[in-house]
Amino acid sequence: MSPSRKTKKSPAGRSAAPSDQLLPERELRRIIETVLRLAKSTGADETEVHVDETADSLTRFANNAIHQNVAERGLNVSIRTVVDSRTARATTNRVDEDSLRAAIEASLSLAHSQPKDPHLLPLLGKQRYRKVNRFRKDTAALTPEDRARAVRRSCDLAIQNGQVAAGIFASGLQQSALGNSRGLFAAYRETHAEFSITMQENPAASWAKANAASVRDFDPQKLAQRASEKAHLAADARELAPGRYTVILEPAAVLDLVGFLFYDFAATALEDKRSCLNERMGKQLFGRNITITDDAYHPLQLGAPFDGEGMLRQRVLLVDRGMPKNLVYARSTAKAAGKKPTGHGFALPNEYGEAPMNLVFAGGDSSLEQMVATTDRGLLVTRLWYIREVDPYEKVMTGMTRDGLFLVEKGKTTSAVRNFRFNQSILEMLRNVELLGPAVRATGEEAFEMVVPAMKVRDFHFSEVTRF
Amino acid sequence: MYDLANLSLETAKLQGATYADVRVMHLRQRDLTTKNGQVGTLAQSESIGIGVRALANGAWGFASTDRLTREGVSACAAQAVSIAKASALAKRGDVEMVGEAAYVDSWQSPFRKDPFEIPLETQLALLLAADAEMRRVKGVTLTETGMQFRKIDSWFASSIGSRIHQRKMITGCGIAATSFKGDEIQKRSYPNSFGGQHSLEGYELVESLELLKHAGRVGEEAAALHSAAQCPERTGTLILGGSQLGLQIHESVGHPIELDRVLGQEANFAGTSFLTLDQLNKLRYGSEIVNVVADARLEHGPGLGTFAYDDEGVPAQCTDIIKDGQFSGYLSNRETAHLIGLKRSSGTMRTESWNRLPIIRMTNISLHPGSWGFDNLIADTDEGILMETNRSWSIDDRRYQFQFSTEIGWEIKGGKKSRMLKNPSYSGITTEFWNSCDAICSRAHWTLWGTPNCGKGQPMQTMGTGHGAAPARFRNVRIGSAFSDQ
Repeated sequence: MSPSRKTKKSPAGRSAAPSDQLLPERELRRIIETVLRLAKSTGADETEVHVDETADSLTRFANNAIHQNVAERGLNVSIRTVVDSRTARATTNRVDEDSLRAAIEASLSLAHSQPKDPHLLPLLGKQRYRKVNRFRKDTAALTPEDRARAVRRSCDLAIQNGQVAAGIFASGLQQSALGNSRGLFAAYRETHAEFSITMQENPAASWAKANAASVRDFDPQKLAQRASEKAHLAADARELAPGRYTVILEPAAVLDLVGFLFYDFAATALEDKRSCLNERMGKQLFGRNITITDDAYHPLQLGAPFDGEGMLRQRVLLVDRGMPKNLVYARSTAKAAGKKPTGHGFALPNEYGEAPMNLVFAGGDSSLEQMVATTDRGLLVTRLWYIREVDPYEKVMTGMTRDGLFLVEKGKTTSAVRNFRFNQSILEMLRNVELLGPAVRATGEEAFEMVVPAMKVRDFHFSEVTRF
Repeated sequence: MYDLANLSLETAKLQGATYADVRVMHLRQRDLTTKNGQVGTLAQSESIGIGVRALANGAWGFASTDRLTREGVSACAAQAVSIAKASALAKRGDVEMVGEAAYVDSWQSPFRKDPFEIPLETQLALLLAADAEMRRVKGVTLTETGMQFRKIDSWFASSIGSRIHQRKMITGCGIAATSFKGDEIQKRSYPNSFGGQHSLEGYELVESLELLKHAGRVGEEAAALHSAAQCPERTGTLILGGSQLGLQIHESVGHPIELDRVLGQEANFAGTSFLTLDQLNKLRYGSEIVNVVADARLEHGPGLGTFAYDDEGVPAQCTDIIKDGQFSGYLSNRETAHLIGLKRSSGTMRTESWNRLPIIRMTNISLHPGSWGFDNLIADTDEGILMETNRSWSIDDRRYQFQFSTEIGWEIKGGKKSRMLKNPSYSGITTEFWNSCDAICSRAHWTLWGTPNCGKGQPMQTMGTGHGAAPARFRNVRIGSAFSDQ
């Protein structure tokens, strides 16, 4: 985005930017203190309060025009009480004292209704957090007119190229604060922006997408240009036989597959015996070129530096050169396992424990062009779609290619190919990685954003072909 | 609530809106889960707010807020109009809407027992007892149970004069047992996977499910699957249980008939549809015994797609989608109906909450029952596989090519259900599949299944949809494809 464009006054007049819609941190603290004060007289042994506020906007376009354009603003107060080794949660979006008192009482009523939990830990005391700055004023100030003008330029490009554009341009702000009756207080705020575009050149289509804390970190028009060029190349797709192919997976395709691994690194998932890492920790499960960390402080990551109980998020090495080394732990699972909590717990009470939410795959130095140039016969995959788990232990996933599948022959892309269905084990795939690109912040539709590289993978299994 | 709604409409009009509608919604929810004999989630939530949709300069804007003061809702309405004017910066034509009458009404979904009035101790005791029954089975390594209750009030007001209050009570409940052994994780769920059955009912749904009667079997089947034979790969006869057929309807009929998809409005995210406008009343979608309706009316049943009015103020309707095998209707709204020559919306605009724009959604997309008894259907099948309870589902972005797998399968030989099969799966092309349907079980075997987790739209909205289905038989289906290495 060009900053000068955002300061121009549009003929339609300017809409209020959402930046003034977030409450100052002192207001969140005041809400928390009000709840803690009210809870004192209710018989709760301990009380924890989450306050989450969002102000999001999203402009949606299709058929070369904006067809949906929305803004939302909301604040939730979520209260967990502890009484006699029992705990429960009640949430409200009303912040008057009567409503907060009612939520406290609802939480207590739920807590009283259950058996004691002998493993319930006391609330966490005061903590120190590492500073992260993920709030960008330029993004907070983005207006509907700014988004509309950017969309208009992308649509004009589509029209100019005889194509049809569809997509979104979204931006928003959110903040969270967590406090409890033991004096803990944590607060975090961030901005986010996202642009996604599909260019259709009937019956072909292609796609590009970016997501970042700052709208300056991507250029919508460049994304539109890339999608447009690839949509043109995707025309006249030929049908190939299903089978095993060498694939070059762009980062979005990698993300949407490996994203399904994240919960397998939760200590609770292993305890429940539903992780594919059961009986596989410390073994050479993946290729030696695969190293995965969870790192909330990585410059390409977003998210708070604390977890659902207020624990500082730790950087955790999950996979070291192909070998699963460590898991993430909430406080209670850490205690049960004799480990230290890693700051990855979900807000209590819950049955899932914890999960790494800031995965970072180590990258390599191969560009997509180099991957293509070194491929005798293979497929270049833009994006995957509707991925679901077929076998939870072998981590076999099924799904479709979408929006641009290209045949690579003798080091060059030679034609577009009809979309395939795949049935592929992620474990096997990560043993078959031949080349890695630089790790980037990838965004798709099946997994939350992670930092992953493009990958060249041998023997990727396509089982069926569709009609387009 | 109508005071705030009226103020919003007045503000929108003053700001230049030519049409506006408003939804004030109050959502209450309670979630209870257990895992391995311990209480898991125990939470309650409420959310109240207002969403304003405004048409100005021929384009749409939508804004929402939880600030339910006069200043808050006025600002929200003005913001909606302002956003609409920004939308007009990138429009290709003015929005047109088909006509609709104004309604003043109040409606409540019927229920016998308010789940929010049933003691929590009673609810937890039932879940923990079912959990314990499953854990009794050797080999079961994880047990999960859950109940979910929602009470949703909505007050709809529009600038054409509608004022509609609706209250819905929704209940969901289910149990599941998982077994890890060797290199396999196997799972069984009751009465359906992914949280069980969900419907527009009260606590009577939970009582009707008889969890304790089924818990032991669920555990036993999960453990037994390890020693069952692998589902073979072949092209052959497939019989689907009702809940799996419900999801098949959802994915391969419900989504492709959404007119916003067909018109390209979901092209970037959910995808488009093979059901292009030229296919209407021409395409042979299924065999002659296949009849599918989109029916939001209460007389269809207490489905997650049942209501009195949609979120655009259009009364609930029944639309033929597939009539005697022929494709005959789409899901439409007031903006798209005229594009297929209709003078009226089919009433399928739905919103998840006050902070989401209503979009075209499935209501109850149901396959009419046939005439077969289930035992007769099995007896009539010389060789085939019965598949029950969904495990995974996937379909391409135009809704042609799908693959499903289920938790359990049963071999049918010589008209008898024989050995258990593990890892069953099947795949196909939508129209080929529905044209291969040659038998559907009768009304006695028909259930209006609830799918509580249908995602669509940006920002994402999760919606409940209903799918009436009875077990049915399909011929020449590709079976076992998910585990094939070919």
